[in-house]
Amino acid sequence: MIQAFQWLSRIAVPSFIVFILGYGFYKKVPVYEAFVDGAREGLTTAIRILPYLAAMLIAIGVFRASGAMELLTYVLSPVTSRLGVPPEILPLALMRPMSGSASIGILAELLQIHGPDTFTGRAASTMMGSTETTFYTASIYLGSVGHKDTRYILAAGLLADFIGFTASIVICAMVFGR
Amino acid sequence: MAIFTGRLEQTTQAAFDSARYAVELGIGLIGIYCLWLGLMRIAEKSGLVKAFSRKIAPVLRLLFRDVPADSPAMGAMSMNIIANMLGLGNAATPLGINAMRELEKLNRNKKAPSHAMCLFLVINTASIQFIPTTVIALRSAAGSANPAEIVSTTLIASFCAAAAGITAAVVLKRFY
Repeated sequence: MIQAFQWLSRIAVPSFIVFILGYGFYKKVPVYEAFVDGAREGLTTAIRILPYLAAMLIAIGVFRASGAMELLTYVLSPVTSRLGVPPEILPLALMRPMSGSASIGILAELLQIHGPDTFTGRAASTMMGSTETTFYTASIYLGSVGHKDTRYILAAGLLADFIGFTASIVICAMVFGR
Repeated sequence: MAIFTGRLEQTTQAAFDSARYAVELGIGLIGIYCLWLGLMRIAEKSGLVKAFSRKIAPVLRLLFRDVPADSPAMGAMSMNIIANMLGLGNAATPLGINAMRELEKLNRNKKAPSHAMCLFLVINTASIQFIPTTVIALRSAAGSANPAEIVSTTLIASFCAAAAGITAAVVLKRFY
């Protein structure tokens, strides 16, 4: 079962790429032009998030070097160790519902310090991928139609985020081990 | 904080190091973003995104019973959901806003969003992820031996999140 998951992960991306290219050729899309056109957007996206990335990486770098991260981790460790959650993931979990660019910065720093192929790295990556910026999405979408009442959106969205975080830790522990 | 721990120099150094790393990372991300967004543009142009959207239409009809099956809102919603699942965040947002406008036209109470609008938003904030493009990009920039190994775990975790969000929306609807 677990091997099946890992096999799925290994083939997902290459087969997806081949499938998209194949389908493009089959539908007679000018594949090269379409790719270049999309790739240009990749350039602007990467440039656009750079200031956020810098701000977040500097903030966390300073937070860590000053010893504040150790203090936070120490204070939270009785709770986190009981739940089996790596304490260094908590800043990501707190930032994720609020800002996409800021959480990209936090994840980038986590991956650099702890390594992408560790339990912390994998659990943080899964967490980042499986949840969305609840507050941001809700505010843009509701703003676009002029509504201020959020009814149950935030409650349901944040519950989904919480379940996503918990599931990420549990599933990564099952699939990759600690 | 740095003054109390006596790590002023290290802290200053960390600020500069982080700033430099941000630029290195940003440059590294350009290539990977180009790869994904380029591929996704092919998927859009070839009608693949549209074809996938038609596949999920029956599920959406079950969730959104008060939205007519042939309304433009349904089409916009399914395109947006598929774009989100494929990790096409930038393409998804305009489609989602379009869907919200269409849903607003069907909304009889103009003071508050309808149940369909709330449910659609919850699905958006808790989307099932097939290809978490940004995370794969960040992992490969960080030198992972297998950047895509989190695809299956992300799929399952995001499925749990989506199920929880939809259930919560359906239950909470009675109280609001």
